Amino acid sequence: MRVRLTVNGEQRHADDVWEGESLLFLLRERLGLPGSKNACEQGECGSCTVYLDGLPVCACLVAAGQAQDREVRTVEGLATGDPARGDRLDPVQEAFLAAGAVQCGFCTPGLVVAAHDLVERVPHPTDREIREALAGNLCRCTGYEAILAAVRLAARWKAGR
Amino acid sequence: MDFLRPDTVAEALALKAERPEAVPIAGGTDVMVELNFDRRRPAALLDLTRIAELREWSAGDGVVRVGAGVPYARIITELGDRLPGLAMAARTVGSPQIRNRGTVGGNLGAASPAGDAHPVLLAAGASVEVASTRGRRLVPATDFYLGVKRTALAPDELITAVHVPETGAPQQFSKVGTRNAMVIAVCSFAIALHPAQGRVGAAVGSAAPTPRRAADAEAFLAGELADGDRWASPRPLPDPVVRRFGELVASAASPIDDVRGSAAYRRHALSVLARRALGWAWRDYTGEVG
Ligand SMILES: Cc1cc2nc3c(=O)[nH]c(=O)nc-3n(C[C@H](O)[C@H](O)[C@H](O)COP(=O)(O)OP(=O)(O)OC[C@H]3O[C@@H](n4cnc5c(N)ncnc54)[C@H](O)[C@@H]3O)c2cc1C
Ligand code: FES
Ligand code: FES
Repeated sequence: MRVRLTVNGEQRHADDVWEGESLLFLLRERLGLPGSKNACEQGECGSCTVYLDGLPVCACLVAAGQAQDREVRTVEGLATGDPARGDRLDPVQEAFLAAGAVQCGFCTPGLVVAAHDLVERVPHPTDREIREALAGNLCRCTGYEAILAAVRLAARWKAGR
Repeated sequence: MDFLRPDTVAEALALKAERPEAVPIAGGTDVMVELNFDRRRPAALLDLTRIAELREWSAGDGVVRVGAGVPYARIITELGDRLPGLAMAARTVGSPQIRNRGTVGGNLGAASPAGDAHPVLLAAGASVEVASTRGRRLVPATDFYLGVKRTALAPDELITAVHVPETGAPQQFSKVGTRNAMVIAVCSFAIALHPAQGRVGAAVGSAAPTPRRAADAEAFLAGELADGDRWASPRPLPDPVVRRFGELVASAASPIDDVRGSAAYRRHALSVLARRALGWAWRDYTGEVG
């Protein structure tokens, strides 16, 4: 089947989509957006987190066909400019770099989207709120401390913007 | 495989009547796992997420009608005051990503004995609204769960809503798991006080082939509370009453040993959950009335 949707502000479509396919597969394999990662395919790790109509969801648990006519924002759509030309990343992405919150980087895109949602909604998140917001994202490398530091930093930057 | 996209309940029911083998998909948090792991290859998926009616809730006559497709995240933010038990259970489901998608309709459709909405619906005295082209009917939650992952839903029916009494009285939900987030209940317990009816609802999850009410515990506590008119002039409950209540809740279960816990552990944990939840609910009630 054909699926039409908006991805990172652009009207996109894909053909020959299998009816049982996930939004994650559609994004990665058909639309060339490999930022969202595929690790567990069962909602446990959060590495596939994207915005669907403004809410963070696991792209592996959304049927591609359910994204028809909807708006998806992936990690690729967070940076406002073109990083290749030296444009700025989103403050959340900058904060992950500054705080050393990235090791192997596999979990990072999902965490960045989940953290982005938190700091957009909650201007001064408490540590409890940060932990709660990131409870659906697993990281095997960092031990999370640097990630918490990155989110605190991102929240401060956004508040001071 | 076909992907069916009804925009209204009427269209969805017509499709389900024509294609009873079509698998409804709401939040997809159960269905997609089965598809991703090739555990299921349905002939058709029936996407319910375009149907506005299923995503609405309304209140009237002391009952809240929650559309089958209202995600947990909205139950928490919009219904915490009216349906405290359901909102508490919703807060414990999965993670923020899962709560943004997962629905009570999906919890009922999956009918896992461990589903978190079930004990709450049983304790609150809720009914499940189901519909087909033949009409709508209300199934009391107590009659909905027939066996492991088996429900009273006919092949041509869809769940359209749950009707949950708005009691204005304390409710509690409590679950045992290995961490706070992303945990399937080892066992769970819900209690709802119904002062207007002089009755208490109590139910267990993940402790029997189906979620079930703890009827003996309910009757015992109703008797104790009627005695000396504790509803009108609430006083702290004597220890032996609370203890006996916990024992009766545990005896309502018929748990199994599995990877998440042993049957003996589940029984013990249920009696503890029941004592604590009753303590919290009764303390809140005493604070409100006394
Ligand atoms: C990582 C993860 C964590 C989870 N944690 C929890 C948890 O803590 N507690 C818990 O209870 N559950 C949990 N679940 C399971 C799941 O999220 C819940 O059961 C949820 O309520 C399912 O809702 P859904 O809308 O996503 O259902 P779907 O996956 O869309 O559907 C589930 C079933 O119900 C049927 N169905 C859906 N809607 C209807 C309808 N309107 N009429 C008839 N049939 C229908 C479907 O055909 C399917 O059989 C978890 C799942 C994942 C992946
Ligand atoms: S790949 Fe989607 S949550 Fe792990
Ligand atoms: S940095 Fe490796 S999984 Fe998080």
